[in-house]
Amino acid sequence: MAILTSAEKGPEPVVVPRSFFARMAEGDQVAHAITLTFAASVLLITTLLVVTLWTHSSLPRAKFGWAFFVGMVWDPVAEQFGARPFIYGTLITSAVSLVLAVPLGLGAAIFLAELASPKISDWLTFVVELLAAVPSVIYGLLGIFVVVPFVRTVLAPMLIASLGFLPLFRGPCYGVSFLAAGLVLAIMIVPFIVSVSREVLLAVPRDQREAALALGSTRWESTWKIVVPYALSGILGSVFLALARALGETVAVTMVVGNVPQIQASLLAPGYSIAAVIANEFVEATADIYLQALVELGLVLFLVTFILNGLARILILLTARHRGSPA
Amino acid sequence: MNRKIVVFSLVAVALAFAASAQAQGSGQVQLTGAGATFPYPIYSKWFDVYNKQKPNIQINYQSVGSGAGIRQVLSGTVDFGASDGPMTDEQLAQSKDGVLHFPTVLGSVVPTYNIPGVDKELNFTQAALAGIYLGNITKWNDPEITKSNPGVNLPADEIVVVHRSDGSGTSYIWTDFLSEASAEWKTKVGRNTSVNWPNGLGGKGNEGVSALVKQTPFSIGYVELIYALQTKLAYGRVQNSSGAFIKADLASTTAAAAAASKHMPEDFRISITNAAGKTAYPISSFTWLLIPGSIPDATKKSTLKDFLKWMLTDGQKYTQDLGYAPLPKEVVEMELKAIDKKIK
Repeated sequence: MAILTSAEKGPEPVVVPRSFFARMAEGDQVAHAITLTFAASVLLITTLLVVTLWTHSSLPRAKFGWAFFVGMVWDPVAEQFGARPFIYGTLITSAVSLVLAVPLGLGAAIFLAELASPKISDWLTFVVELLAAVPSVIYGLLGIFVVVPFVRTVLAPMLIASLGFLPLFRGPCYGVSFLAAGLVLAIMIVPFIVSVSREVLLAVPRDQREAALALGSTRWESTWKIVVPYALSGILGSVFLALARALGETVAVTMVVGNVPQIQASLLAPGYSIAAVIANEFVEATADIYLQALVELGLVLFLVTFILNGLARILILLTARHRGSPA
Repeated sequence: MNRKIVVFSLVAVALAFAASAQAQGSGQVQLTGAGATFPYPIYSKWFDVYNKQKPNIQINYQSVGSGAGIRQVLSGTVDFGASDGPMTDEQLAQSKDGVLHFPTVLGSVVPTYNIPGVDKELNFTQAALAGIYLGNITKWNDPEITKSNPGVNLPADEIVVVHRSDGSGTSYIWTDFLSEASAEWKTKVGRNTSVNWPNGLGGKGNEGVSALVKQTPFSIGYVELIYALQTKLAYGRVQNSSGAFIKADLASTTAAAAAASKHMPEDFRISITNAAGKTAYPISSFTWLLIPGSIPDATKKSTLKDFLKWMLTDGQKYTQDLGYAPLPKEVVEMELKAIDKKIK
């Protein structure tokens, strides 16, 4: 831009014809306008989404107000609606999935980016990206036929026997549970973490590794103490992308979570999630306030995602500032 | 070269559109409907057969769920709707010209269970089913269950209750029956496509419930009769209002409708759960087509009337092959009279 303006303002006649620059300038402006429109459309879609959710949930908002967030009862017959068990279930299943998927995904990404030979790395990355494209109903089937029986017959008895003193692992367990949902979600979001983290790790400049190695560090020290911290904000980005997927997942969760709107400390107990209850009840919801309560749940899910994403931004900013690097 | 191909294909597409538009012009009648998923297989069979007999009539049906069907018929975006539960008075009050209900076929819901070591067909009293689903009966060897199953060695294990997690006509029929069977259920829970279940796990769809029941020892759930028949699932007998334990099949479902037809109201909005009659299966229901009270388009009106009459007479013979119970002849006669009298 600066070059162009100086060329336009240049007092002496230039050999290159001005019209060429003018046309270039026009092209820039056209490109600017087009990309701006596209960027604005994202904002517009988000705004429309919120406005639609807001206007289509006026009945329950008027009737329940803020109590909608803390209400424990979801009773379509008595038209009493509260979102608390669903919010709890959404947060717990997503948290379990992150606890399982982050170490797994990050470990795999480090291997693929730093340690594996390029041939193996490319091949494995292809497989991982294939996993990301599998429809969630397939993961749900995997969940109901493999994960749920595994949790009921193997994992839950083991956890109850060894860690049963913790309220987190109290029985009985029917298989369908927060834990089963967390496991299936973890399988679903690992590809996101692996794929994005690997790219971020590969983008770390070679000098960083060489400098560390030259100073006498081992391969692992250079990876863990230099490369990973350098790429940390990007890795966190991949984790929050995965979290967003876990929060909004519908079909796979509803197939394995048990669909019981309750709050229980035990991960082995069945629960419910926001996205799952919307998908389950929307089509057959006949009463107006019932339908609108489901729409308001959509608004709540949007809010939860919004808050978590905001926290994620702050976390990424903090890690960047802490390291003092321009990430 | 490329441009030529593009132009050519654009012309071809335009011609195709013009041709289809012309085809629609020559006496073609298109009807659109939307609603219940439970009767979708028989409806699509009917619309297909009818289209073969009268090629100028095409009926499109979207199985989007009863709730959506009711909403679309109220907003006038479809020519007819379909629902597994009758519309409420409140919903009817929202429409200017009213909405007519026409029963089309019958469905039943059956209890299915998984008790290791027990492979006999169990008998369930109404109090037993209500008690189990309320959470008052928690063990399989509860006297309310054992007394109707002499000779069966029922274990002392906890009952795991399974219900549908998605809103469905199946749950409507089940909770409608439980409301008839137990005053406590009626006041505490009530009837709807989804309710606030006092206990138990939720499975999505018939297949979700049956998968949970198969996997979980000592569990009980409920599925549509058709689903149980198609997947050869074992299911129990249920006690009817005259005290007999009835195994659900097409005949006992039709018998329930025949018994209830004596009290059939003018508008056909009737619940036939727990109907009188010695052979009637108590967890049965009609499913309805919803026809707007006033159809301004004369062609559409006469087409719809003709189709309804065909469906009630010739159409009924296709029901049993697909696992639906046909309407009893008393109900067919009442409906045939109502078609000419009420559709205006």
